[in-house]
Amino acid sequence: MRRIAIFIVAYLLWCGLAWPYDQNHIAADGTGTAWDTGSLLLGLGVALLVAILFGGALTNKPKNLFNPLHIFWVIVYLPVFFYYCIKANLQVVYLVLHPDMPIKPGIVKVKTKLTSESGVTALANSITLTPGTLTVDVINDNELYVHWLVVESAEEDKATEIIVNRFEYFLEKIFD
Amino acid sequence: MSEIIAAILIGIGVLFNLFGCIGLVRFPDVYTRLQAATKCVTLGTCLTLGGAAVYGFAGGFGALGMKSLLCIGFLVITAPTAAHALARGAYKYGVKLKEPTVVDLYQQVEPQPTSIEDEETETA
Repeated sequence: MRRIAIFIVAYLLWCGLAWPYDQNHIAADGTGTAWDTGSLLLGLGVALLVAILFGGALTNKPKNLFNPLHIFWVIVYLPVFFYYCIKANLQVVYLVLHPDMPIKPGIVKVKTKLTSESGVTALANSITLTPGTLTVDVINDNELYVHWLVVESAEEDKATEIIVNRFEYFLEKIFD
Repeated sequence: MSEIIAAILIGIGVLFNLFGCIGLVRFPDVYTRLQAATKCVTLGTCLTLGGAAVYGFAGGFGALGMKSLLCIGFLVITAPTAAHALARGAYKYGVKLKEPTVVDLYQQVEPQPTSIEDEETETA
């Protein structure tokens, strides 16, 4: 099951990268096909190889990949993430261009309720890309040490509420 | 029309990249600089690639647009991971958090090596 999931994902990725569809391949008189069958077949071989070699190492919950509910939450999560990403950038740009540079950096500790490894990874990456925060280390699988550009609170609970909670709700639905 | 949209997206992207680089010069220490580098430069590059995607999709459902979109995906996954590795590595090597740092709770679980002198980190 796990290897099949990896195979499908790898093949889709191959198709995206090689992009075997080009309308210019159709001749003027309508003969020929827009699909590059050689590339498609080679992709099958490569994806199979990847699935056999690395299939065991890449995902713990293959069923989640194709669960419509999970995909739905991924689609909901993307705009939320994008909104915070833009906000983060505007904040950093403001700090960069401000003559006095009103930064108050520090490393704070936050906790997460997420249990799966990919969930914590996604959370750490989301934190890094959003308002003034950068994950420095993850300890015991649920304690994140976060470098914060403008520290609003050094207390664990308060910092968790500000940094983690806005993503945790969605990531819990996606990965757990 | 799509060319104008692509040009606007690429322009905004380049601006964000510029601000990121200014931040890289102005911020006081490694960690704050990484913040500028990961955030502004990631979004800036994503917007530039998005502009390329718009331009690519304008002339049919072609390879250029698709590859640009895939690159955005890869960038969003890898950039924060690299920043995280750099920050952690710098901390373990002993690069200090500079003024005006207010709090460092990481010190409690991972005491920083003190062997690195300040002169070395000045130039870092």
